Amino acid sequence: MQTLIFRTAAPYLTGLMLMFSVFVLLRGHNEPGGGFTGGLIAASAFGIHGIAFGVPAVRRALNFHPMAIAGFGLFVAAVAGLPSLVFGVPFLTGLWSAPSFFGISVDLSTVMIFDIGVYLVVVGSFTSIALALEDREHD
Amino acid sequence: MAVQGEIIDKTAAMIAAPVPAADWLVIAPVLLPILAGAVLLMIRHSVRWHAVLSVAVLAVLVGANGLLLRRVLAEGPVSMTMGSWLPPFGISFTVDALGAVFSLTASIVAVCCCVSSVRDVDATGRRYGFYPFLLLMMAGVSGAFLTGDVFNLYVWFEVFLISSFGLLILGSEKSQIDGATKYAILNLVGTTLFLIATGYLYGTFGTLNMADLATKAGQIGDAAPLMTLASLFLLAFAMKAAAFPVNFWLPASYHTPPAITGALFGGLLTKVGIYALLRILVMIFAVEGVALAGVIGWVAVATMLLGALGALAQSDIRRIAGFLVISGVGTMLAGIALGGNGGLSGAIFYALHSMPALSALYLLGGLVRQRGGSFSLHQLSGLYGASPFLTLLAFIISLAVAGLPPGSGLWPKVMLVRAALDSGAWQIAAAILLSGFLATIALGRVFILAFWRTEIAGVQAVAGGSMSIMGCCAVVILTLAMLAMGVMPEPFVRVSGTAASGLLDASSYVRAVFPGGGGS
Repeated sequence: MQTLIFRTAAPYLTGLMLMFSVFVLLRGHNEPGGGFTGGLIAASAFGIHGIAFGVPAVRRALNFHPMAIAGFGLFVAAVAGLPSLVFGVPFLTGLWSAPSFFGISVDLSTVMIFDIGVYLVVVGSFTSIALALEDREHD
Repeated sequence: MAVQGEIIDKTAAMIAAPVPAADWLVIAPVLLPILAGAVLLMIRHSVRWHAVLSVAVLAVLVGANGLLLRRVLAEGPVSMTMGSWLPPFGISFTVDALGAVFSLTASIVAVCCCVSSVRDVDATGRRYGFYPFLLLMMAGVSGAFLTGDVFNLYVWFEVFLISSFGLLILGSEKSQIDGATKYAILNLVGTTLFLIATGYLYGTFGTLNMADLATKAGQIGDAAPLMTLASLFLLAFAMKAAAFPVNFWLPASYHTPPAITGALFGGLLTKVGIYALLRILVMIFAVEGVALAGVIGWVAVATMLLGALGALAQSDIRRIAGFLVISGVGTMLAGIALGGNGGLSGAIFYALHSMPALSALYLLGGLVRQRGGSFSLHQLSGLYGASPFLTLLAFIISLAVAGLPPGSGLWPKVMLVRAALDSGAWQIAAAILLSGFLATIALGRVFILAFWRTEIAGVQAVAGGSMSIMGCCAVVILTLAMLAMGVMPEPFVRVSGTAASGLLDASSYVRAVFPGGGGS
């Protein structure tokens, strides 16, 4: 789309949405949000960038192919279940640790790693679909 | 966020006992192909590694399934509930002899198909994801065989279904898209029915854990519309298994993709439908399953005869194989209809035979295409002179698929006919024998026209090339497996009998999930 307003606003919008998607991903454990929702927001951000600047620009900015990102997400999500093996608990059991950074305790868990995996799967697959659809427009 | 400074007693909701590492065998057949599929997606452009890695992972998968089967046969069903939640709240993976032996056979077939694909899938097919799809489909198939939860079963159905859509359209030829559309729409109708039935099941019982359901379905009596539920599941799974009259998607689609994809689909996917029928209609809804036996019996008779007649009417080897898949589904349904240890172990043994046999038949079609240049019986001729080796393979595979000695199809059919005669179901016995006879004629036709007929001048438009060595290896392995089943049937009969009695008496299955006894 060649309107000046959209092309000026799009980079800011994309950046904001990407930051917001990470926020939604991380708050998702106890509150509404999570990997799936966050991933959808991030994928829409890439979609907007693609509408404003064209699909090649998005592919360049992403560096990796969206399907590779989705594959990595699937890998991360599956691997998140593996630490259970070491601790003698069933697959995908949530394991928590709360290390302290500068006096602030941060809850880290395998559940979060799994959710990050879901986020990446959704980002990868939906961005891939969105870019494929936007590509066809100019054929 | 974890609650700080306060110790909560979680034993009412969570598993406290440590889980030995050996129990991970239960989840390994699903985890391995998922991890490998994800890695292949990441390195999707380094296509050189795809085939090697896939064959290696599938070989490890066969090993894991073998260990799992050995353990299940020695110690009875094994269960693991994900995330440490107590069943029925967590998702259980529960493996009994039936699940383990199906999973093992499926992985052996998959590794053979994968070996035969090494040369035949070109760089384009690889870049568009043949191997990731293959591995994710295997994850779905293994998951369906091993899970102990009805909704989870639905999820694995979706996993292998979506991967199979991908495999079906690789190559993007017009006929493939056409076949895939029919396949996708009719299968989605089937899965939607499955999902509706699952929702209804949850509304009725408040649980989807199979062990819990098996306990409760016997107790609930007339208080719930169990017959409706069982009929819905029967329709949904009959659609998946391509039983008459909901089989139209199979002949419309299975002949369109390359022979390897056909081999995977024809060998594995319909058997998942049969497996689900065994699990739901025999183990969970035992009473309703017996009440529906009459319907299943006539469906089985119609499916067997339609499949065999369809195979007679075709002249494309892949279409013939497709109709023989349908005929085999009918034979397995006959075993489910007959019920009892005899009928069920016959059906299970037939499934174990049918996975390698139908895969081998499709792969053989691929080899015939490479050697003779066509799939069509109008164009093929003189293969006996061209390749006696291929002729030998074709001869053994035809015997096995038709159910003649020394092939593997004989013994399960003998078991089924005996069970049918014992229970007085003469129409089923007659249909099994007649469909076997018709299948023999259909395959004999292939053999006479493609192999025995001397080369016809003028018709042979496409020149044949050489066969891929890997493809031959795969077919030889599958053929040897079928011969082993045909010549030494005792271990297979024994395993099928154990699996069938595990279905008829679910108490050990239930005990594996609820060691303390009872359900929720």
